[in-house]
Amino acid sequence: MTRYIIQRLVYMIITMFLIATLTFFLMKLLPGSPLASADKLSEEQQAVVLEKYGLNDPIPVQYYNYMVNLAQGDLGISFQFDNREVTTIIMDRIGPSMQLGIQAMVIGTILGMLLGLVSALYHNSPLDYTSTFLAVLGQSIPSFVFAGLLQFYIGVKLGWFPVALWEGWEYTVLPTVSLAIFPIAIAARFMRTEMLEVMGSDYIVTARAKGVNKFGVIIKHGLRNALIPLITVLGPLAIGLMTGTLVIENIFAVPGIGEQFVKAINVNDYPIIMGTTLLLAFMFIFIILVIDLLYGVIDPRIRLAEGE
Amino acid sequence: MEKLLEVKNMHVSFDTYGGEVKAVRGVNFDVNKGETLAIVGESGSGKSVTTKALMQLIPQPPGRIKEGEILFEGRDLAKMNEKQMQKIRGKEISMIFQDPMTSLNPTMKVGNQIMEGLIKHQKMSKAQARKRVSELLELVGIPDAENRINQYPHQFSGGMRQRVVVAIALACNPKLLIADEPTTALDVTIQAQILELMKDIQKKTDSATIFITHDLGVVANVADRVAVMYAGKIVEIGTVDDIFYNPQHPYTWGLLGSMPSLDSEDEELYAIPGSPPDLLNPPKGDAFAARNEYAMKIDFEQEPPMFKVSDTHYAATWLLHENAPKIEPPEAVKKRMEGNANGSSSSEGERI
Repeated sequence: MTRYIIQRLVYMIITMFLIATLTFFLMKLLPGSPLASADKLSEEQQAVVLEKYGLNDPIPVQYYNYMVNLAQGDLGISFQFDNREVTTIIMDRIGPSMQLGIQAMVIGTILGMLLGLVSALYHNSPLDYTSTFLAVLGQSIPSFVFAGLLQFYIGVKLGWFPVALWEGWEYTVLPTVSLAIFPIAIAARFMRTEMLEVMGSDYIVTARAKGVNKFGVIIKHGLRNALIPLITVLGPLAIGLMTGTLVIENIFAVPGIGEQFVKAINVNDYPIIMGTTLLLAFMFIFIILVIDLLYGVIDPRIRLAEGE
Repeated sequence: MEKLLEVKNMHVSFDTYGGEVKAVRGVNFDVNKGETLAIVGESGSGKSVTTKALMQLIPQPPGRIKEGEILFEGRDLAKMNEKQMQKIRGKEISMIFQDPMTSLNPTMKVGNQIMEGLIKHQKMSKAQARKRVSELLELVGIPDAENRINQYPHQFSGGMRQRVVVAIALACNPKLLIADEPTTALDVTIQAQILELMKDIQKKTDSATIFITHDLGVVANVADRVAVMYAGKIVEIGTVDDIFYNPQHPYTWGLLGSMPSLDSEDEELYAIPGSPPDLLNPPKGDAFAARNEYAMKIDFEQEPPMFKVSDTHYAATWLLHENAPKIEPPEAVKKRMEGNANGSSSSEGERI
């Protein structure tokens, strides 16, 4: 097991290196320069700035310099915000995004699984139809629609929670709910399908024949066997939510990383683009590792195959 | 002999979009303490549904026990609710399933799967249950129990898994064991081992067994009595000797005739022509009539009642009616009947 994890960590470093390289060159292919919107500067001033940031060097040299700095943990200095380190900027911004994402995922997974369970257990009943209908609705309506509705009805009309901004726990409620609807829908649909399949298995009949009660059959025998496909879809979804969602962050004026990232791309703020990409890539790879390890925890058959 | 189980006129139906499928249509039989009753018949004859219904393990809906009584030590199981049934299942009646590859939970340790019933029914502590599981594993012939307890099903071979399934069924010393084709999914050498194991266990525990199979060789080997099912009904029931050496129903003749034997001179294996009827619309009269070369006019019009052949032997065929013409059973069956008369074969020797 330890050997497997070490092996995976080595692969992670290689992957990160490749992603950094690829992003660097792709970024340089983008049209425009960081100074595109700085037309008030004279040509000499522009030359000075370019020189200062090393943008006059040939691209391979820039790449070499960037990678050497990166290896030392230095992501450079942002072009937009003079003299602010990329690391600090990202760290300031990733907090709210991750908080929203994690809250939405936890709520989404729990509620979605419950909804799916109810659907599966009362298969083909009005309860099942209602929850399936809600799940389809949640999956097909974009989150910004819910965001707007929540803001208007809960935020403005009822006044239960603040409509926007980021000044405390109560400010996270509405964006979290808007974000959670999609994972609820996905989890509910997968849970329902998987539970239906699992509950039809022979070993469920075996468990019932032992005299295990309904609850025990579902929790001890059904749930665990239904979890694998759920984790497979929820993992990548979790990363998507945790790494910031442009639309929701904009609507609720959350100082998250999604908004920042898009802005950086627009103005060719190379260090921020690189830094953010690397961070998101790292989170992605890391979560995939966690999912793979979770598979083993849930299903002993997978554990053994990997251990050897 | 004391009766353990009495099934009276049990009907089981499944409600489908096409209509009501009458899978079991009025079955009567009983099981005495300590005896083995084999239920034989081809696929779809209602063997499994009959026994699953005893434990209320058929999926409800669409399935339901339409009418009839299932008296287990005098209590009617058909009228019990789910809560009451949970106290019967695994404790007083337990089941051995067909396919050991799918009937164990792949994500649960084998020891825990065996323990579940013990903890629930006998209120054992985890440590006590563990001790009992070791004993059980030894009883079913799984060596190295201490380590095996902590393994998962995929670490067991097919035969070993079936032994685990048997151990689960035996955990609480049930009074009645239902074995639903316990050897069908196993290869022949393992089949023999599991059968030996089951016979052995029955001797040790003295529990009654209902043994479902479509392998007549197995029947001869394990059963005291045999019930032959066709299209949701029992068409003939009797002791092993009654059924093997004095069969009365043409369907039983067909089954026995289609059993391959080593000393047969025939080139071709006999098969009963046609296929079983659609139980969505069961035919009028005797359900077997359409495939029966001895069918008479009345077979297509009226269902035959159970005729008594002897105290232990009953068969539902109009051929036993006093007005029916005398009919000779087919050659293969006659040979078997004569063989018995000469005392040259015993039921033990019938194994394929």
